[in-house]
Amino acid sequence: MDGKTLIKLRQVKKAYRTGSVEFEALKGVNLMIPAGEYLSIVGPSGSGKSTLMNVIGCLDVPTSGEYRFEGQLVNTLSSNQLADIRNRKVGFVFQAFNLLPYATAFENVEVPLLFARVGAKKRRARVAEMLARVGLADKATNKPTEMSGGEMQRTAIARALANDPDIILADEPTGNLDSKSGEAIVRIFDELNAQGKTVVIITHDKNIAGHTSRMVQLKDGIIETNGDLTGRRLAD
Amino acid sequence: MHLATVINVFIRDFRKQKKRITLTLIALAWGTISIMLLLGFGEGLHQQLTINRNGMGEGIAILWGGQTSIPYKGLGKGRPIMLHKEDPAYLKERVPKIHRIGGEYHRWHVKVIYQDVVLSEHITGITPEWEQMRSHIPQMGGRMINHLDVDQKRRVVFLGYDLKNRLFGDEDAVGKLITINATPFTVVGVMIDKMQMSSYSGSDEDMAAIPNTTFKMIFGDPWLDNIVYQPYDVADMEEVKDGVREAMAAKYKFDPEDERALGTWDYASGTREFNNMLMGIKIFLGIIGGLTLFIAGVGVANIMYVSIRERTREIGIKMAVGARKSYILVQFLMEAIIITFGGGLFGMSMSYVLTEGFKRVPIESDVLDFMGRPTISWEIGLIVITILGAMGLLSGFFPALRASSVSPSESLRYE
Ligand SMILES: Nc1ncnc2c1ncn2[C@@H]1O[C@H](COP(=O)(O)OP(=O)(O)O)[C@@H](O)[C@H]1O
Ligand SMILES: [Mg+2]
Repeated sequence: MDGKTLIKLRQVKKAYRTGSVEFEALKGVNLMIPAGEYLSIVGPSGSGKSTLMNVIGCLDVPTSGEYRFEGQLVNTLSSNQLADIRNRKVGFVFQAFNLLPYATAFENVEVPLLFARVGAKKRRARVAEMLARVGLADKATNKPTEMSGGEMQRTAIARALANDPDIILADEPTGNLDSKSGEAIVRIFDELNAQGKTVVIITHDKNIAGHTSRMVQLKDGIIETNGDLTGRRLAD
Repeated sequence: MHLATVINVFIRDFRKQKKRITLTLIALAWGTISIMLLLGFGEGLHQQLTINRNGMGEGIAILWGGQTSIPYKGLGKGRPIMLHKEDPAYLKERVPKIHRIGGEYHRWHVKVIYQDVVLSEHITGITPEWEQMRSHIPQMGGRMINHLDVDQKRRVVFLGYDLKNRLFGDEDAVGKLITINATPFTVVGVMIDKMQMSSYSGSDEDMAAIPNTTFKMIFGDPWLDNIVYQPYDVADMEEVKDGVREAMAAKYKFDPEDERALGTWDYASGTREFNNMLMGIKIFLGIIGGLTLFIAGVGVANIMYVSIRERTREIGIKMAVGARKSYILVQFLMEAIIITFGGGLFGMSMSYVLTEGFKRVPIESDVLDFMGRPTISWEIGLIVITILGAMGLLSGFFPALRASSVSPSESLRYE
């Protein structure tokens, strides 16, 4: 899969309408993400990072432009087809964790598997495996209120990995965490990418961006710089 | 759509959100209970008022003897007109619109004895028609005086509720022998504890009724004290009253216009006012019921509304990890249906238990006599549940519909 284009955006625009005011959060973004890449998106607050990530993750659809996921044109997909892509091909990690507050870690990780109609036995095994993968095997029955921020985010990563997606999208995953927990999270992303998973991280933190192989800088809804970090990383 | 998936997720979430669900259930049950009890007690009151009103009898007229005040066909005025025991049969024949009719005797201060209880009481001589005309309804285990009793001049007695208590206390009276005017009588029945709002000859609760033929045989009264009759249709009361007067005038030769020759009093004119009053009570209870229902509905809607933010996020999260719109909607629908049915059923059962319990409270009280026994109506229960359920559904379902129709990112941003 390595080297094949996974994500391709051409002149993607996204406008939000608030009352009669229209605001263009993305003003024509061109971006290609090859499978297996480790990419960071940086930029000032309000520059459109989350909007871009939501479009990539099919949580939102572009207003205009062309978006292809694995060669398939996403613009024209039905809401059910989008739901299925989010379910099986994308793993999303949010800054605010977005766990179901009433459910345990186990149950939260189980949700995407339920929607993918994975059988009960396989489901349980998969949840256990993913929780172990993020180091939470002993927190399976904890609810979000009974976990630290780092643990909640690891639960969210386990959930994102549940259906073995093609791409992991993390929108400021360490934004609500102390630096130590944040580092543990980034280390998980490093490992995932090392194992071949495509990972995209939005971050403010130059250190975290430094872990990735390419950095895209967004400003006012367009990509300002698009730089290969591999050289620098190798130089480090 | 994969129903198994939806049900799976639904059951899991349902068990997890006990607090919110319990609250909604309670609000629904509460609304159902308060309205059903309110209307149930209203219905009981209504029924009881009707019974009380008919305690003396519904749509009947009472006739008694008088004195002529106008000379007629050579006969002078001041002539007494008395009622003869054959008159009821004669009138029934002459006035076809009479449904029931019977002659009645009264005697006060008659010695009535059971074992060592000696009382001085009001004795009436009546016919089986009193059961319908005058609400002489027997309690379970006893009967009213019947035609055989009258034909064979049996010495049987039907006791008013209070008199029975004064004679027998808690003891069972039916089948026992009592002495009336030194003659042994068998008690065949005891009247139900009815409320009587009017009377023409004392309260039915305090009398002992015997067949009028037996009465005449024992006391030897030459004339009936009154005749009671009831037309088939209350609306014909005036016509029947005129017919009776004319027939009696023809038989006893007095001027049909002579108001004093016979006394008549009917119990039909109050019917309309009474029905208006009942209608007033019903409208009043209807308004209160409507307001209660509205408040309960607001309660249900409020619980739904309060959780919109939480639930919108929940929907956003589920959609973000791959739930299809239909999964969300079916889950919300199932939840609303189960809560509605659960709360409604619970409310209805509780109302039933409470009203049945109330009916079994063994207290004797005039207030209770007046309130009657609450009667719950399943139709009203269903209407209440439908309305509350609809309010809950609308206030919960529409936000869910909206949240599942916009993109997940939108729902996740919802504040
Ligand atoms: N759903 C929305 N409705 C209206 N405006 C939005 C919406 N989402 C984002 N925006 C606006 O678009 C701009 C970009 O937002 P966002 O992508 O969240 O920026 P970033 O993640 O880089 O901070 C901001 O000005 C934000 O207020
Ligand atoms: Mg953002």
